[in-house]
Amino acid sequence: MKRAERWVALLFVLATIAALALFVVYIRDGNAQAQGILLFVALGGIGAGLMIWSHELMPRIKDERHPRAKAEPATEAEMQDAVEVVEAGVDEMRRRRFLSRLLIGAAGALGLAALIPIRSLGRAPHDSLFSTKWTRGAKLVTVDGTPVTASTVEVDSFTTVFPEGYAGSADSQAVLIRVQPGSLQLPDDRLAGAPDGLVVYSKICTHAGCPLGLYLAATQELRCPCHQSTFNVLDGANPVYGPAPRPLPQLLIEIGGDDVLRAMGDFTGPVGPSFWDEP
Amino acid sequence: MIIKRVVDGMDERLDASSFIKRNLRKVFPDHWSFMLGELALYSFVLLLLTGTFLAFFYVASPDTTTYTGPYLPMQGRSVSLAYESVLRITFEVRAGLVMRQTHHWAALLFTAAMIAHLVRVFFTGAFRKPREFSWAIGVGLLASGIGAGFTGYSLPDDLLSGTGLRIAYSAVQSIPFIGTWLAFLFFGGEFPGTELLPRLLVLHIFLIPAVLGTLIGVHLALVWHQTHTAFPGPGTTEDTVTGTPVWPKFALKATGLAFVTFGVLTLLGGIFQINPVWLYGPFVPYTASSPSQPDFYAGWLEGLLRLWPNWEFHVFGHTIGELFLPGVVIPGLIFAALWAWPFLEARVKHDRAIHHYTQRPREEPVRSGVGAAGIAFFLLLMLAGANDVVAKFLQIEVDTFNTVLKILIFVAPVVAGVITWWICHDLLAHDERPIAEPTRVRFTRNRDGGFDEEHEPPGTQRGPTEREPSAP
Repeated sequence: MKRAERWVALLFVLATIAALALFVVYIRDGNAQAQGILLFVALGGIGAGLMIWSHELMPRIKDERHPRAKAEPATEAEMQDAVEVVEAGVDEMRRRRFLSRLLIGAAGALGLAALIPIRSLGRAPHDSLFSTKWTRGAKLVTVDGTPVTASTVEVDSFTTVFPEGYAGSADSQAVLIRVQPGSLQLPDDRLAGAPDGLVVYSKICTHAGCPLGLYLAATQELRCPCHQSTFNVLDGANPVYGPAPRPLPQLLIEIGGDDVLRAMGDFTGPVGPSFWDEP
Repeated sequence: MIIKRVVDGMDERLDASSFIKRNLRKVFPDHWSFMLGELALYSFVLLLLTGTFLAFFYVASPDTTTYTGPYLPMQGRSVSLAYESVLRITFEVRAGLVMRQTHHWAALLFTAAMIAHLVRVFFTGAFRKPREFSWAIGVGLLASGIGAGFTGYSLPDDLLSGTGLRIAYSAVQSIPFIGTWLAFLFFGGEFPGTELLPRLLVLHIFLIPAVLGTLIGVHLALVWHQTHTAFPGPGTTEDTVTGTPVWPKFALKATGLAFVTFGVLTLLGGIFQINPVWLYGPFVPYTASSPSQPDFYAGWLEGLLRLWPNWEFHVFGHTIGELFLPGVVIPGLIFAALWAWPFLEARVKHDRAIHHYTQRPREEPVRSGVGAAGIAFFLLLMLAGANDVVAKFLQIEVDTFNTVLKILIFVAPVVAGVITWWICHDLLAHDERPIAEPTRVRFTRNRDGGFDEEHEPPGTQRGPTEREPSAP
């Protein structure tokens, strides 16, 4: 092995190590100086290695200065020449298989380290899609923050409600509907959370996440203005029409001693459209 | 002569005279349908000009403020800085409204012209070898153009655009394995996120235009280098083209068309209201307007979502959301099919030849049938994307209209394809054919000053007469 070749190999190995170290430093949120130095070693190692390889280990040739005037389409022989020129270059690289492999390794490690800053773009999802701002005892308020009292909600009315303190919250929006008491067909545990025909569902359509803006009082159905998914309010908001695949999660509520409506906890399931981690 | 000195000077330094001669005498075929791509190009230029103006005033911030501007219905309402800046452009910046509306109209023409250009190239076989790369880049331009449009109309932070973003977020979220992460990374968290508007702005005014500009450059360079296809005719063969030279005839014609395009778009921007975000109101996550329709070029996507059945798959304790197929997979497959078409067609027909002729649609009944089926499919999807509006117009129930569409989406493309195929065959059968191949006589000047005659037998010369419509 030539001396130059050993140098190139050393530089590529250094670059690989630096790139992998960069990966680790980034994940541990290390300081900017360390990131800068490692980036320099990784990029500079590949760069210097390539320059030495080219300068010390590859031949020079002589060519005419003026480009040949090009009038006719390339002949078969010229095309063959072009292929051979490209192949000769590839062969030249192949002659030092060891260096080529080190180079691929270093470039791969650098690519990996370069991808990682994408992680900075946003926070991890964790469980946030499984929960909303609703907690046990949270008062139901309208968008301007006024608590909703049971006696003021009329039959067939449709009110958008939020947990107190989070008016306007995107994932906690819910609809409060009053139907004729006794007309709800829910399992007993759900029925207990819908006192006096007051039933609350998530307002986010389980299809594409649009807010369910339309209430068809005649058929007691909620309809999404985006893609016409329709949910039956009486039987637990099961989809009866359109592309929505799942019922709307229900919010179990109770009527407080002061007549104010309060949540008994979070929704009965994750709100909005389906996602991979959902069982 | 000043021109001679400039050309000589360029030649001495850059060997330019042969380049100038070759390129200024370059010929553009004259068929009207060749201007569709030009329309897209000039719309893009106007988009850059008007967009630069808008960017000087737009504020990409979701932070809220109380509106105190001159638009009375919004006074005292809490709006985002982004929405406020769009109202400012609309009502306070001089020439702001005409710039905004011209920008929107230009975006519509940009995509419409690209689609029309794609249809023209498809039906005339202009994508065939050696022009497959131009086709692929063109399809990439259409995809980028739709992306530019979507990011653009999401910027004003009005109610309609917020609804579109919510649907896009849900579609990303439905992707198996990585969907939730992707959505969180791009939006900065759970919808509506905190990072969205600045990122949309970077995409809309930097990344996507850079991609569009680069692709347009390569697309034009390829057309220039490879020359246009042209219909066979007098003076136009596989080897020669007759038409308008770049200098001066085409240069004037093209510049003229550019100015007419600009003129029409500014007229539209001045007198035809488009995307009146001041009527939609600011985006709030708990309200959606009815009806909600995207711009036309996203209508087929919306239609797919509206017609797709409510299928959801559960595998190994995980969920593949309903939106994944119609919102991600099907659009991806449609674009993949567009990209692959030139290569697929060549493979099926075992056609490796170089083609410089533009075909008449009738010459390829199968391709034309497929094209007609595709057009029917897309038109129906666009209707489906506006099903509530159309149903109201027709005074029928949306659900009834949906049922009709769900049947038509399968039937209509087949019917359109078969009818087109049949019409093409019929036209081919009744095409006029040359009564007999003419013989040609070659005259050669001889040493005595006279002429020698040489008769070429039929079929040896190259040219349009050699050409038969290809067999079905």
